Amino acid sequence: MSVFKHHAKLETNIFFLAVGILLTVVVGGLVEVVPLFSIESTIEKVDGVRPYSPLELAGRNIYIREGCYNCHSQMIRPFKDEVERYGHYSLAAESKYDHPFQWGSKRTGPDLARVGGKYTNDWHVRHLLNPRDVVPGSIMPGYKHLLRPLEYSDIATHLKVLRLVGVPYTDAQIATAKKDVEEQALSDAASSPAVAASYPKARIGSASGNAKVTEIDALVAYLQVLGTMVDFTTVKPEAIRR
Amino acid sequence: MSINTEATPYCEDVIKKFTIAAIFWGVVGFLAGDFIAWQLAFPVLNLDLEWTSFGRLRPVHTSAVIFAFGGNVLLATSLYIVQRTSRAALFGGEAFGSFIFWTFNSFIVLAALSYVLGFSQGQEYAEPEWILDLYLTVIWVCYLIAFAGTIMKRKEPHIYVANWFFFAMILTIAMLHLGNNIAIPVSLTKSYNVFGGVQNAMTQWWYGHNAVGFFLTAGFLGIMYYFVPKRAERPVYSYRLSIVHFWALIFLYIWAGPHHLHYTALPDWAQTLGMTFSVMLWMPSWGGMINGLMTLSGAWDKLRTDPVMRFLVTSVAFYGMSTFEGPMMSIKAVNSLSHYTDWGIGHVHSGALGWVAFVSFGALYFLVPKLWKRTEMYSLKLVGVHFWVATIGIVLYITAMWISGIMQGLMWRAYDSLGFLQYSFIETVEAMHPYYVIRALGGVLFVLGALVMVYNVFKTIKGDVADEAYASAASGAR
Repeated sequence: MSVFKHHAKLETNIFFLAVGILLTVVVGGLVEVVPLFSIESTIEKVDGVRPYSPLELAGRNIYIREGCYNCHSQMIRPFKDEVERYGHYSLAAESKYDHPFQWGSKRTGPDLARVGGKYTNDWHVRHLLNPRDVVPGSIMPGYKHLLRPLEYSDIATHLKVLRLVGVPYTDAQIATAKKDVEEQALSDAASSPAVAASYPKARIGSASGNAKVTEIDALVAYLQVLGTMVDFTTVKPEAIRR
Repeated sequence: MSINTEATPYCEDVIKKFTIAAIFWGVVGFLAGDFIAWQLAFPVLNLDLEWTSFGRLRPVHTSAVIFAFGGNVLLATSLYIVQRTSRAALFGGEAFGSFIFWTFNSFIVLAALSYVLGFSQGQEYAEPEWILDLYLTVIWVCYLIAFAGTIMKRKEPHIYVANWFFFAMILTIAMLHLGNNIAIPVSLTKSYNVFGGVQNAMTQWWYGHNAVGFFLTAGFLGIMYYFVPKRAERPVYSYRLSIVHFWALIFLYIWAGPHHLHYTALPDWAQTLGMTFSVMLWMPSWGGMINGLMTLSGAWDKLRTDPVMRFLVTSVAFYGMSTFEGPMMSIKAVNSLSHYTDWGIGHVHSGALGWVAFVSFGALYFLVPKLWKRTEMYSLKLVGVHFWVATIGIVLYITAMWISGIMQGLMWRAYDSLGFLQYSFIETVEAMHPYYVIRALGGVLFVLGALVMVYNVFKTIKGDVADEAYASAASGAR
């Protein structure tokens, strides 16, 4: 067949071969990736999704550092059992400010997309320090080192970089980022209205009870906001139809 | 470090280095994998230290086996094959090859250290932070130059089929690595990917699936297309099938990424594309398998007499099995059960242990005597021992994961007679325990097999010949 004869041109010239390979492998990616930026319905229009507060962001970075995504997903699929076990199925809008996304690919432990508000701060602290204290059959590692002080001196830079990649932090939020960490982690809701106003539904107050901000405070603040930003009682079904 | 002695115009010192490194990292990667497998069975092994928790060690395992073991195998074999099939010495010579060797392996050490110390981009198989990504980019470009440069000075008119696969692997991995790691740094050790949420999910699995498709498949098919015909002393079964296999495989693979995101917030159209192309991918995959297996036409007796051939052929059989299982699992109805469970882990390992590692072992057992100028491995009997110990290990591993994965998926969706979810999540975790133990035992066997290989390679390089080799040579059994 002549097609095979023409193949000799490709296999005798490395430039033709290189161009042939690149053209062949680039197609699939272009078709699957590019429209995700241009098709408007890709990310649902729902209210409530906001950038993470500086403390939550620091906690999220600890979540990434410890590799929690290796065992926990953050993506509830639209099945009866999953919705009953974890809550409303996940929307693309709910992770639109997640750089990187943490949907995960394995559930050695349960999904965490809506773990926010399901347990108390105290439960989370005990669970993270030694999971088997509160869940006897758990195979999760203990994270005793999270009691150390949180390093957040450059947190404003994190917010600035995230703004560069499209997360809508305001100038005011960047300016007060460091103070917001301390207020959210160390005070109570009544005495720090600024954080609550800037970041609705943020869990305010110390998780660990320490006088300084610890890593566990940040991680718990992150876990407690997961999946709580969208109020599904006010979402119209047609807004999130797949 | 000298090149071009008269007898061998090829640069082989550098191939020796990559070969030794591949064996070293193989053992390290298998051990790391088995250790974290035991952690899942007995969580006390996490030691409650930050550096030894499963979450930090799992990327060490995946990077060690994929990039350190697989990478060094690919570098050793591709740079060996490209010289032989081009009848030209390595472009840049031993010095350039050595530069690639030391930079690549230092990248691996730095990446592993960075995970243990808690630096991670948080994307599977793309964990190294931006600074290491840049370092790897430089190394990869050098690899491309060495490889393509050797082809350009070839004395053969045609570029051999194995080199098409290696070349596609090098180019595509470069594209994927650059596309998936576009990030803005905050500091030397932290950055944020420019893509977020659903778009990041798509670019990650475009990368992640094709790390499998090109690094662990196309690259290792290059190994198959050289070492199977060499060892069988038969030509490749079909030239035309090679052409169809090559272009269909590299075209279709790229589309398959979204099957990692079935029923997620990724739009349905993308999921459907991912599923469709994944199912289509079954065909070129089996075309390649047939091309590999049928190369043995007229030489099937070697399967009985030559344990190195047995590694190579079994690897192609495992390739066939996991490239059937993959498309099946990418069908959404199947995926709704298998996703998030150990079935995925089992599938990956039937491919990684059965295909990638076995074809690598076969290639290494072929290469070591050639590189160190011995007639054969120290002991073919020990190659046979390695084969059976490792095979039993794989069987234990994948059957345990099939059972635990399917059981887990069924338990998650089980309802009792009153219409409530039958099992709490922790009950499904506890039910996995016996299978995690069996899996970890399978891993022990796989590690033991690799240690037998280390001993065998050591003795071969030393120049020893086992007694049985004299015996079989005398009787003409080999």
